[in-house]
Amino acid sequence: MFDFNFLMLTPEIAVAVLTLVLLAIGLLIPQGARKGMMPLTVFFLLGVLAFSVYDFFFGPQGVTLGGMYIHDQFAGFFKILFLSAAILVALSSGAYVQSFPTSRGDFYALLMGATLGMMLMSGAGDLLTLYVGLELMTITFYILVAYWLTEEKSAEAGVKYLILGAASSAVLLYGISLFYGMTGSLMLTDIRQAMFATPISPVTILASVFLLAGFGFKISLVPFHMWAADIYEGAPTPVTAFLAVASKAAAFAALIRVYVLTVGVQTFSPPSIGGHWTGQNLLLVLAALTMIVGNLIAIPQTNIKRMLAFSSVAQAGYLMVGIIPASPDGVKGVLFYAMIYVFGNMGAFAVATHIGQAQGSDEIKDFAGLARRSPVAAAVMTASLLSLAGIPPLAGFVGKFYLFSAVMSEGFTAIAYIGFVMSMVSVYYYLSVVKVMYLTEGEGLPLVPVKGASKFTMVFTMLITLALGLYPTPLAQMAIAAANSLVK
Amino acid sequence: MSAATAGSMILPFTLLAPVLAALIIVFLPKEEGKMIKIVAALGTFAALALSVYVFFAYDRAQGGMQFNLILPWTKDLGVNLAFGVDGISIPMLVLTNLIGFTAVYSSWNLDKRVKEFFVLLLILITGVMGTFIARDLFIFFLFYEIVVIPIYIMVIIWGSTKRVSKEYAGMKLTIYLLIGSAFLLVGLVALYLNAKGLNGGQGTFMFDELAKFKYDPTFQKIVFGLMAFGFGSLISMFPFHSWSPDGYAGAPTAVSMIHAGVLKKIGGYGLIRLGLMVLPVGAKFWAPVIATLAIAGVLYAAFIALAQKDLKYVVGYSSVSHMGYVLIAIAAFNVTSINGAVEMMFAHGVMSALFFSMIGFVYEKSHTRNISELGGLARQMPRLAVGFLIAGMASLGLPGTVNFIAEFTIFMGSVRAYPVLAILGIAGIIFTAAYILRTLANVLFGPRRPEWDHLKDLRGPEMVPLVVLVFVLFVTGMFPNIVYSVINSGVTHSDLSKVMETVGLAKMGGLF
Repeated sequence: MFDFNFLMLTPEIAVAVLTLVLLAIGLLIPQGARKGMMPLTVFFLLGVLAFSVYDFFFGPQGVTLGGMYIHDQFAGFFKILFLSAAILVALSSGAYVQSFPTSRGDFYALLMGATLGMMLMSGAGDLLTLYVGLELMTITFYILVAYWLTEEKSAEAGVKYLILGAASSAVLLYGISLFYGMTGSLMLTDIRQAMFATPISPVTILASVFLLAGFGFKISLVPFHMWAADIYEGAPTPVTAFLAVASKAAAFAALIRVYVLTVGVQTFSPPSIGGHWTGQNLLLVLAALTMIVGNLIAIPQTNIKRMLAFSSVAQAGYLMVGIIPASPDGVKGVLFYAMIYVFGNMGAFAVATHIGQAQGSDEIKDFAGLARRSPVAAAVMTASLLSLAGIPPLAGFVGKFYLFSAVMSEGFTAIAYIGFVMSMVSVYYYLSVVKVMYLTEGEGLPLVPVKGASKFTMVFTMLITLALGLYPTPLAQMAIAAANSLVK
Repeated sequence: MSAATAGSMILPFTLLAPVLAALIIVFLPKEEGKMIKIVAALGTFAALALSVYVFFAYDRAQGGMQFNLILPWTKDLGVNLAFGVDGISIPMLVLTNLIGFTAVYSSWNLDKRVKEFFVLLLILITGVMGTFIARDLFIFFLFYEIVVIPIYIMVIIWGSTKRVSKEYAGMKLTIYLLIGSAFLLVGLVALYLNAKGLNGGQGTFMFDELAKFKYDPTFQKIVFGLMAFGFGSLISMFPFHSWSPDGYAGAPTAVSMIHAGVLKKIGGYGLIRLGLMVLPVGAKFWAPVIATLAIAGVLYAAFIALAQKDLKYVVGYSSVSHMGYVLIAIAAFNVTSINGAVEMMFAHGVMSALFFSMIGFVYEKSHTRNISELGGLARQMPRLAVGFLIAGMASLGLPGTVNFIAEFTIFMGSVRAYPVLAILGIAGIIFTAAYILRTLANVLFGPRRPEWDHLKDLRGPEMVPLVVLVFVLFVTGMFPNIVYSVINSGVTHSDLSKVMETVGLAKMGGLF
């Protein structure tokens, strides 16, 4: 009666074990001898990643734990994404973590905890499972954001994230409880049936909007984006990277599965209760606002982390565009773009981590002359930013093409206009970083050569960004398979 | 058309020659400036040689796309990595490599961050070349956007600050082109989706397949409007032209040469290849608007050029003015005028490259481009003066240069469609003559100025742009059939002439 298929949970179990092992190691061995934790984490995760890739193509697909957990290619795709992001963060953070004053050991354990939470979110078949995953992720992030205890900014960011995050969780939880009250179930399949069978009432709309608000906070959708800049700036840079990339992707996974498919944005407001105020229109407006606000506020920023924060708000807007049509093509676009967004953003953040570590500053003006002082870092930064801007032959262009062509094929041309124009506007602030790096010689600033793991991270992300831009087919095929496993 | 999948590797090799040179340069130490320049010259020379071979080997009688190579690229979208050339793209391909090759020699004296400069220059040449040999709209667009970023970096590092700062010039150039391309992209996606619907769900980006479908007239009008804006701002159509003079003035010589010489022509090429061939009804609708704006541009820019003090601004505005002729020819919608448009793009490319190259040398030697400060340079630098003079004469359409042939053909073609506008356009030549002759007189002739006695005339590698470009100007001008046979084959053998016959008979649409 109760199916308990361990095999389907292998990656999750592995990551959970790693989290505990890392915690134990952190307690057992002395402070000075913890340099090995980064390689340990990375190699273990590589193993899990390899298994997940195998699992994606050849593994069993299905539902387990009585429907509470879904193991389909959609979840598999996101697991690959989270694991890749975690590996890249761990790789680029080595030197940075060593500079923490205390408790360096627990950093990786917490990172793994967050990863586990994301993996649970992507596979949740039940609103409670989803909520548990989301809280696991969020609570570890509260700690990680405030990890640099001696830095006032970091502590402040931690408290801000805690308060705002708790508020958003409360809103989400309220939405979930409304759904439970209406349908008597927390299972997504049951809710879906109930939602499509019964007429829509104001409570449905309220509950759906609460859900959207809860996830919207995580993906920094306008108007829930206010926290992003301060927290991105205050948090240790590797944490910012993980927050910007993976936690956003996790919220998108949940948003697609729960909001779009289960609640059914298409149908959530019949004309009987007044006009055309449907979920889709709400998403259209929010996506447009997110793209416009994110890009415009990014322009005057002088701190690289704040700039990347607003750019990531804008990127969330592009991803939202792919959700609007609620079609396999749209979901494919979101999946594809989310994956290349990981590599694009991780490249930029790896460089920001390196410079912040080497020069003790995150101001854009301190990137002056980086082309001379560290040609690799400058090249990687340029490629990453241009990929985020959507300039071919980098992967961002193909990603945007998928997103906007999906939404246009459903007849929403205006949003595609806004998207294309805003991404050209974004070139302005991305290029101003490029300008700083290439224009001057950067007199008086030190040479900052990159080496070891962070050099590998940078070059690897750049190569992936370029390769997927030139030949997107493999990833596109994976995204199609994942989207088709989901959209029935 | 020859077998579609049987591949000819000559075009990819042409494309890869500069890429290979750039890769070699990446691995050369940055102190080896001379070696870097030689490698760049060899790479561009190889590309030039291959494209000249393509030019002569192209079967004019057979026509159509030749030297094809088609590889399926992204199956879900239906993108093909497809290369091929016809009579319209071959002159552009040769032009690109001609200018690329001479641009390397025009930058021979550069000594600031040589390695980065030539790597970016070679990427730029590759990008421009790719747009002209692509048979797939997606690939076309991909190559077009590749060029934008290298140009920006080259302008801000190696550019010059005169009337406007080079940072401003670079950003203005980039933003104009990118905003134009944003609208182009919307049009492109709309076209793709519409074709996909008409094709039963199978997407395609191939130009010739897109041209086969019958699109709804309203749809054509909207999409052509978007493309006219995108390509129009690229070809500096009035009133979207203002990036052009500022951008050229701020850019280093090689970038000005490539930008004015070939990059701009992507706009005209795109309008013909995509606008006229794929969306003829839309083109017909917008034609009167384009023609009017074109002639407004011809006259307006020529007037502005009269008042310029900076040499580069004179040529910058003159190129806006000349592009007006290309646009009215495209809008005139007949075989003769399209022939003229392509010929004009070729002729103007060679001429403006020569002009910018000579101005670059003047600026490099005298450190000024201010017309009033220069004078009598023909005494100190006779060879440079010859180049300058020939560029000027070609610019005002002196018979014997290919520019004369092109302008003549354009007026022949467009006077039937737009008699009044064409006559106004012809009148524009008078203004052109006025500002060109005034510039030549003030810079080259007049009394000897002792402060310029120390200037050394062109010699060695500096002679290459002069010799090559002047040779091409005169040979193609005296034996116009060399180029015309190719262009004419391209225009008459493609679906273009058929399209123009059917659409041309229809009532002239639009707002007039």
